[in-house]
Amino acid sequence: MSLFAATGLAVASAWAVYAVGTALILAGALAVVLLRNPVHCALGLVTTIFGIALMFIDQGAYFLAAVQVIVYAGAIVILFLFVIMLLGVDKKEPRAPANVRSLGPVAAGLGVVAVVELLVLARVHYWADGAKSTTAALSGPGADVQKLGQSIFTSYLLPFEMTSALLVIAVVAAVALVRRRGSSPPQPPAKKVGALRPSLPGQAATAPSAPPAHQTAAAASRGPAAASSPSERRAIG
Amino acid sequence: MSVPGDWYLVLAAVLFGIGAAGLVVRRNILVMYMCIELMLNAVNLTFVTFSRMLDDLGGQDAVFFVLVVAAAEVVVGLGIIVAIYRRRAGATADDVNSLKG
Amino acid sequence: MVNAAYVVVALPLLGFAVNLAFGRRLGEPLAGWVGTAAATGSFVATLVTWVAMLGKPANMRVADLGIYNWVPVAGLHVSLGLLVDPLSLTMLLFVTGVSSVIHLYSVGYMHRDPGFDRFFIYLNLFLFSMVVLVLADNFLFSFVGWEGVGFCSYGLIGFWFQREVAAVAAKKAFITNRIGDVGFLVAILFIFFHFGSLNYSRVLGTLVGGHPTGLMAGAPGAIATSTATAITMLLFLGAVGKSAQIPLYIWLPDAMEGPTPISALIHAATMVTAGVYLMARIAPMLHYAPDTSWMIASVGAGSAFLAATIACAQDDIKKCLAYSTISQLGYMFMAEGAGDYTDGLFHMLTHAFFKALLFLAAGAVIHAMADRQDMKQMGGLARYMPLTAVTFICAWLAISGIVPFAGFWSKDAILDGVWQFNKVLWGIGAFTAGLTAYYMSRQVALVFLGRARWQEARPSLAAEPALSGGHEEGPGEGHPEPGLPAHPHGGEPHDATWTMSLPLVLLAIASVLGGGINFDAFGHFDFLSRFLAPIFPTATPVTVSTATKWALSLVTLAACLTGLALGLRTWVTAEHPSLEPAFLQRAWFYDEAVAATASGPLRSGASALAFVVDSRWVDGAVNGVAAALRASGRALRWVQTGYLRSYLIGMSLGLIAVLAYLTFRVGS
Repeated sequence: MSLFAATGLAVASAWAVYAVGTALILAGALAVVLLRNPVHCALGLVTTIFGIALMFIDQGAYFLAAVQVIVYAGAIVILFLFVIMLLGVDKKEPRAPANVRSLGPVAAGLGVVAVVELLVLARVHYWADGAKSTTAALSGPGADVQKLGQSIFTSYLLPFEMTSALLVIAVVAAVALVRRRGSSPPQPPAKKVGALRPSLPGQAATAPSAPPAHQTAAAASRGPAAASSPSERRAIG
Repeated sequence: MSVPGDWYLVLAAVLFGIGAAGLVVRRNILVMYMCIELMLNAVNLTFVTFSRMLDDLGGQDAVFFVLVVAAAEVVVGLGIIVAIYRRRAGATADDVNSLKG
Repeated sequence: MVNAAYVVVALPLLGFAVNLAFGRRLGEPLAGWVGTAAATGSFVATLVTWVAMLGKPANMRVADLGIYNWVPVAGLHVSLGLLVDPLSLTMLLFVTGVSSVIHLYSVGYMHRDPGFDRFFIYLNLFLFSMVVLVLADNFLFSFVGWEGVGFCSYGLIGFWFQREVAAVAAKKAFITNRIGDVGFLVAILFIFFHFGSLNYSRVLGTLVGGHPTGLMAGAPGAIATSTATAITMLLFLGAVGKSAQIPLYIWLPDAMEGPTPISALIHAATMVTAGVYLMARIAPMLHYAPDTSWMIASVGAGSAFLAATIACAQDDIKKCLAYSTISQLGYMFMAEGAGDYTDGLFHMLTHAFFKALLFLAAGAVIHAMADRQDMKQMGGLARYMPLTAVTFICAWLAISGIVPFAGFWSKDAILDGVWQFNKVLWGIGAFTAGLTAYYMSRQVALVFLGRARWQEARPSLAAEPALSGGHEEGPGEGHPEPGLPAHPHGGEPHDATWTMSLPLVLLAIASVLGGGINFDAFGHFDFLSRFLAPIFPTATPVTVSTATKWALSLVTLAACLTGLALGLRTWVTAEHPSLEPAFLQRAWFYDEAVAATASGPLRSGASALAFVVDSRWVDGAVNGVAAALRASGRALRWVQTGYLRSYLIGMSLGLIAVLAYLTFRVGS
């Protein structure tokens, strides 16, 4: 499998696009993982997202590429940056304290093993054994937007409705999560930009048992109830 | 003719691995969250690739929904992170270990 | 008009329903008349059916009437249906006939009893169950009747349930019956497994166009001997329980706690003959199971002898008759074991007449004696109760086998068949006949002849000594309320009212003339044999020569007369303790042995199972599982560090392991 075997501009350009996309993606990912400043990590994430969008276009998923850029790069990463700025964590992350075992080498080692296995599997083409779909074929007449729309609004109507509801719930959850006791307006920021003093009277009982970080991936429907039920009780009262 | 699907899959797997490694290594909660987003993107790439290889539209539908859910998840997750940070500034993932058995 | 069989079944059920709904309102004696009318109507319908059957040629007298398709499950089709054939008709005739008579008797006997309507409810239900048992055309429907009579027996033995003895006796009867029922049920399973049907016609064969089919045809090898033996043995177990043979006879003497009409009806004439009926019904299968036939005959002989010996030493008038019933049932089983079903059924008929008569007359005596049952306290009653005495004597002569009364003919017929089968069993049978005459004469002497001991015992009514016989006597089967006068009329004993005396007369006539049913000595009067012969094509014909029959009859007659004379002469005076040894009075200590086994090895076995196997092992195993889970949980706690990163590393390790497996599988 080499570039020199086949001729033709189409082939070369396909490989070129692939190479560029790969470069973008991997550069961005490594930036996220390795850089110290969270804002720089966010920028790396944007780079990766653009690379992924490039790959989508390359595979014919034009609509999804557009949506990817709009939603991910245009909304999610912006949100990240908002929160980073708000909470003032744009400072450099301190080195790990001595009592926490550094897992960097372990992670790196595991990553290498995983990549090696993947390459072996790739070599043997042990990939796509699945049966072709009988309901919605990708190829065929019509733009991919049209086919995607038809598919979503007929076969996958229920997930569509459910995710719509999920979005509404997420918004409600977000509002409920950050309300304070007595629904007073947030205190004016202190001297440091974005820093909050934890000794303010209205915040004592906020999120009493700090929810573990892995709950951030939980479904939004559990948001109001799970993490800050006391705050919710206070807020909705 | 374009690049065979296997290459995209390997790329997605590598991206996923990087995201996972970053999730383990980094202690800043926000950066860990970004690594999660990396993993989600890797999955999206995989879906689209399979959609092309198997000539099935279901993969792109799945990506569609994954995008929506990822957006909702980010909203809620950031809300939680804000709530955590209100309690104690400079909190890291190691500080939320009250589920210790 | 064979369809009158439906009426035979329906009328007792109707009587039961009417009495159940309105019995209390109808009150005494109307509820009793309703019951009696139902029973008599049933008898009339039986006669009609019988006459209709007689109109058919002799080998075509089988009719299968359906009522309702009960169990239409794949592979198992059980219907509620009636099989009208000579066997069931014979049974029906005497069941409904004797039942009607006893219903009439009960109207008088249960006078002033507070449970009058309840009694007739049970009686009609019993009659219905018995009719179902006899008329059913499949094993399962018969079993419904079987259980029904068992239940009614329980309800009626424990009729005066306020007396603890009666309640205990009722339980004993039901439980002992249950043991037999296990045999019946397992047999039903076997039959279904082997034949695929429970219908009598299909399992045992029937008469089609005058010719026997199926097992009835008797073709060699139609069914494996082992299968036939298994099924018949199990069914015989059921019969042993229901008909009180060894080893399940223990309930019958205790069942005398029930009112005397019940003892007459259920425990002399009808329910206990259900086992005999069952054995006759499966005659085609018994043809293929000679081992079972042997067992039936031996058990019958043993029971006959054992019960007769016990009866020689009983003081309670009803217990003596109860053991006598066991003994006579043993004769019937002996006949069936010898392959002579017709004679077994003949004896069943005559026995129904004279045993019912004996019980009913005993009931009249008990009534006259103010509910006392100890024969040692009676005597000389022939003067005061002539009618009762005469009828009792008729029955006595019948059961003792004195010519020309009914019992002579049937017993001799049986003994002829048994002589052909096995000489030893015949010897036992003949000797037992002598014993029967002896103890019945003893009874007659004690009750009706000799000194009127009851006149001397009267003043000391309150201070009656504890009586031998191993059972509580006291107020006899008395009514639950204390304070009833010593004698219902306060006067001397006398014959009972017409409702109680008429049945005695009717049954006495039957006891005297009953031999005419199957009278084959001079000329062809053997109606019963000819009636039943077509459905017993596999029965063993009795080919004893006439000369031998005469000789055997004379020998048996001599034995009976000897016993009779001995009994009368010895027991006109009542003081012969040497002739009543303890082991006979206590029924060979059988009950005590059962109780000792139950309270000894059985109890220790049960407590071992409960406290060692169950508490320690089973519970220990279950709790041990829980403890092991808890310990393992505690050991594995270290995995939950609370740190996100260690969880993630765990997940990645798992993922890598899966990938490694895939890699190596693909590679190799």
